[in-house]
Amino acid sequence: MSLLEIENLSLNIGSTPILKDIDLTLAQGEVMGLVGESGSGKSMTALTVMQLLPDAAKASGKVRFDGTDILRASEDQMCRLRGDDIGMVFQEPMTALNPVKTIGEQVSEGIRWHTRVSRAEAEERTRRILGRVGLPAAKFPLSRYPHELSGGQRQRVVIAIACALNPKLLIADEPTTALDVVLQAQILDLLRDLVAENRMALLLISHDLAVVTEMADRITILRHGEVMEAGETAPILSAQSHPYTRQLARASMHVPARHPLPSPLWGGSARSAGVGVSSVSVPPPRPTLSTDPPHKGEGNAVPLLCVENLTRDYPGRRLSLFRRAAPTRAVDDVSFSMRPGQSVALVGRSGCGKSTLARMILALDRPTSGAIHLLGKELTGKPEAELKPARRNMQVVFQDPYGSFDPRHSVERLVAEPLHVLEKQPSGAERRELVARALHEVGLQPSDMGKYPHEFSGGQRQRLSIARAIITRPRLVVADEPVSALDVSIRAQILDLFADLNQRLGIAYLFITHDLTVARAITDDVMVMHEGRIVERGRTGEVLDNPQSEAAKALVSATPDLRRAIARRLQEQG
Amino acid sequence: MTAYLVKRLIAGLATLVAASIVVFGVLEVVPGDPARLMLGMNASAETVQVLRDQMGLDQPLAVRYLDWASGMLALDFGKSYTYSVPVLELVSERLVVSLPLALIALALSTLIAIPVGIFSAARRGQTADTISMGAAQIGVAVPNFWFALLLIYVFAVWLRLVPAGGFPGWESGFWPALKSLLLPAIALALPQAAILARVTRSAMLDVMSEDYIRTARAKGMPRRHVLWRHALRNAMIPVVTIMGLQFTFLLAGTIIIENVFYLPGLGRLIFQAITQRDLIVVESVVMLLVAAVVLVNFLVDLSYAAIDPRLRARQ
Repeated sequence: MSLLEIENLSLNIGSTPILKDIDLTLAQGEVMGLVGESGSGKSMTALTVMQLLPDAAKASGKVRFDGTDILRASEDQMCRLRGDDIGMVFQEPMTALNPVKTIGEQVSEGIRWHTRVSRAEAEERTRRILGRVGLPAAKFPLSRYPHELSGGQRQRVVIAIACALNPKLLIADEPTTALDVVLQAQILDLLRDLVAENRMALLLISHDLAVVTEMADRITILRHGEVMEAGETAPILSAQSHPYTRQLARASMHVPARHPLPSPLWGGSARSAGVGVSSVSVPPPRPTLSTDPPHKGEGNAVPLLCVENLTRDYPGRRLSLFRRAAPTRAVDDVSFSMRPGQSVALVGRSGCGKSTLARMILALDRPTSGAIHLLGKELTGKPEAELKPARRNMQVVFQDPYGSFDPRHSVERLVAEPLHVLEKQPSGAERRELVARALHEVGLQPSDMGKYPHEFSGGQRQRLSIARAIITRPRLVVADEPVSALDVSIRAQILDLFADLNQRLGIAYLFITHDLTVARAITDDVMVMHEGRIVERGRTGEVLDNPQSEAAKALVSATPDLRRAIARRLQEQG
Repeated sequence: MTAYLVKRLIAGLATLVAASIVVFGVLEVVPGDPARLMLGMNASAETVQVLRDQMGLDQPLAVRYLDWASGMLALDFGKSYTYSVPVLELVSERLVVSLPLALIALALSTLIAIPVGIFSAARRGQTADTISMGAAQIGVAVPNFWFALLLIYVFAVWLRLVPAGGFPGWESGFWPALKSLLLPAIALALPQAAILARVTRSAMLDVMSEDYIRTARAKGMPRRHVLWRHALRNAMIPVVTIMGLQFTFLLAGTIIIENVFYLPGLGRLIFQAITQRDLIVVESVVMLLVAAVVLVNFLVDLSYAAIDPRLRARQ
C-alpha cells in the first residue's frame, strides 16, 4: 500500500491542458525524483497534491494520500493535512518567508495550529526543529527576522516549517535551484538525513538530472504534462532507452565542440606555482613574456584585458549617526590578464565577489584601488565620455533572459541599443542591416526584428541578449551566469552558440558562474574566487580534476556529476 | 532604529526650514505693501512710513526673516493685518474645529475602507467584490459637497437628528459640538474611504500573490487566517502612506465642506486671508500646515518602522 497514489491525473487551467494522465506512486520512506524541463507540469503535480492550485484549475483522476481522496477532500480536511502530514519546501528561499514575522513565529505557527499545544511548548519544539536543520537557538534565536539570514539559512527555516510535525510526505520543489553548489550539497544532505530519520517519503522536484540521480530511489520523467518514463533511477539512467531520457541526459552533459586555446591565462606554465591555498597574491601578469603564438589572426601580443591589483571596498553598515562598521572588501587585490579569443571562467560561491569584479571590468563600478586595461588602454577613473570606445569592445550578457529587456521595445530597438557607443552613428538602413546580421549570427531570423520580447521563449531571449552583446563586434563579452536560468536542452544550444561565436568571431569570454559543468564545457582557463581573492587558477580541466585550494575543492566536491551519480546508483541498486 | 528615526527627524526639520524660506520669500516678492494695505488707500505717506518702521518692514531681508522665524518658534506669529488680533488666537480658534473634524473623518474613512478593501480582496472577482468596488468607484467620482447636501437633507432636514450647519463651540458642551461635526466628517470621509478601500484592496491582492502566502497556506493555515495574520501587515505600507496624505488634505483642504456646513474652520480662514491680503495670516497658516505635513510624515515613517522590521536597522 503506497502512501501517495496518483492515477490518471489530468489538470486543465481554463481550457489549457497542463497535465495528462499522470501516474505516480510513492511509498513511505521512499525518495521519488520528478524531473522535467520548465512547463512540464512538475510543480503543478505537487500543487495538486497540496490542493494549492490556482482557482481556475480543474483536476480529474485520482489522488490518494494515506487513505484520503485528495481531489474530493474538503478545504478543512486539506488544512489538516497540509503542514501536518504533508510538508512542502519551495524554490525561492529569499521570498518564501514572511518578511514582517520572526522565524520563531513562522515555525511555531504551524505547530500551534495543528497540535494546539501551549505557546511555550510550541516554542520549545520550534527550537528543537530549528536546531535540527542547523540553526541552533544559541546562534539563531527565534526572534530573528528572515532578512537577517542568508539564502541558505532561510531555506533551512522553510525546511524546518515543512518538517516541524514530522510529515509523512515531504514535497521539495526545486529546493536548491536558487542556491550555490556548496549550499546545495548541504541542503540536499539535510533533506536526505531528515527523510532517513523519520521514514518520510520525499517527492523531489528538479530540472537537474544529476541532483535527482544522487537523491532519488525512483524517478519519473515528465514532458509537456505527460509521464515519459518512470522507474528505478539506476536502470533508467544507465540504459537511457527512452529517447527523451537520452536527450535530457546528453543535454545535461553537453560539451560544445571547440578548439581550446592551447596557452594558459598568464603566459607561464599551466599551473602557477604557489597560488593554491596560500594567500600570496599572484604577481601581475607580464603578457609580453607570453611564449605562445597568438591565435585567430590576432597579430600582436598586447593582452585584451589586464587587471592589476584590483580592490573594491564597500562602506560598512552605519552603526549610529557617526559610526560605521569596517568596510567590506568585496574584491581583494585581484590580478589577471586575458588574451584575445580566450574563454575564461570565473567561478566561486555566491557572495565571493565575482559579480563585483565583473562590474568593475565593465566600468559599471569604480575600483577602490588597482587598474584595468582593455587593449592597453586604462579604464579606471575615466569619465563616461572617454569610455565610449572601450564600451564598444566589451559587452555583457546577463542571467535573466526575462528581466533584461524592456517589454515595450521592439527587438530592433533592443538589439541596436549598444550602437550608440559607436563613433559614427549608423543610418536607419545600416542599423537594420547590423541588427539583421546579429540576429542571423545567433540563429534567429532577421524578420524577428519587428517582434517584442514576450513573443520569444527563454532560450530565444537569451539569444537576443547575445545578439545585443555582439552587435558592436566586441572583443570581450562578460557573461554573468548566462545559462543558469535555462532548461538543460536550451542550455546546451546556448553553450554551442557561445562556442561557435568564440570560434567564428574570436570573441573572448569571461564567464561568471557557480556551475562547474558550464565552466568545463565552454572555457579554456578558470579562476576560482573565494572571499574576494582569486585562490586558484589554471587550465579548466586540470583545476577541476585536481583542485588544490580548499575553496576549489569544496566547489568541485559539491558539484553534482551525472556520470558519477549514475555509477554510484548502479552500485547501490545493482 | 534610532539612526533611522534621527535621519527622518533631520529630514523633517530641513523641510521646515526650506519651506519657511520659500514662504517668506514668495510673500516678499508679491506686490503690495502690508502697511499701506492696513491703513487703506487714503492714508498719508508719513503714516504709512511710521507703521512700516513699527512693523520693521525697512530692515534687511535676513533680519526680518530671522525675526519672523524666531517669533514662530516662540509661537508668536504676529498680528493679523485685518483683524488686529494675534494670529495665534485666530488660528487656534479655527484649529479646535478643523483638527477634530479631520481626525473624525480620517477615523471614519479608515474604519470603512480597510475592512471593505480586505473583504473585496478576499472575494476577488466575485459579486461582493464587484459591488463594493463599484460603490468605491462612485465614492471617488461624486464630489463631497453633493454627499454633504444629501446628508443634510436626510439627517438634518428629514430625520432632524443633527443640526444642518454651524458650530456651537466646544464650550456649549461635548455632545452638541460633536454632533455638529458628524455630518461634515461623514461627507469628508466617504470619498477618502473610497480611495483608501481601493488602495487596500490592490495592496492586499499584491501581497496575496507573494511566495510567503503560499508558504503559510502550505503550513495548513486556512485562507482567512493567512489573510489576517500574514497578508494584512505586509499590505499596510501603501495604506498608511495614503492615510498620511489624506490627513493633511483633511486638515486644510476642506473649504467647500466648511462652507456647506457653515463651519469656522482653517480652510475658510486661509481663503479669507488670501482675499484680504492678510499676508501674515497666510504665512502663519501655511507654515502651520507645513509643520503638520512634516509631523504626519514623521508618524508615517514611524509606522513603517513598526510594520516592517527591515527598516529597523540592526545595531
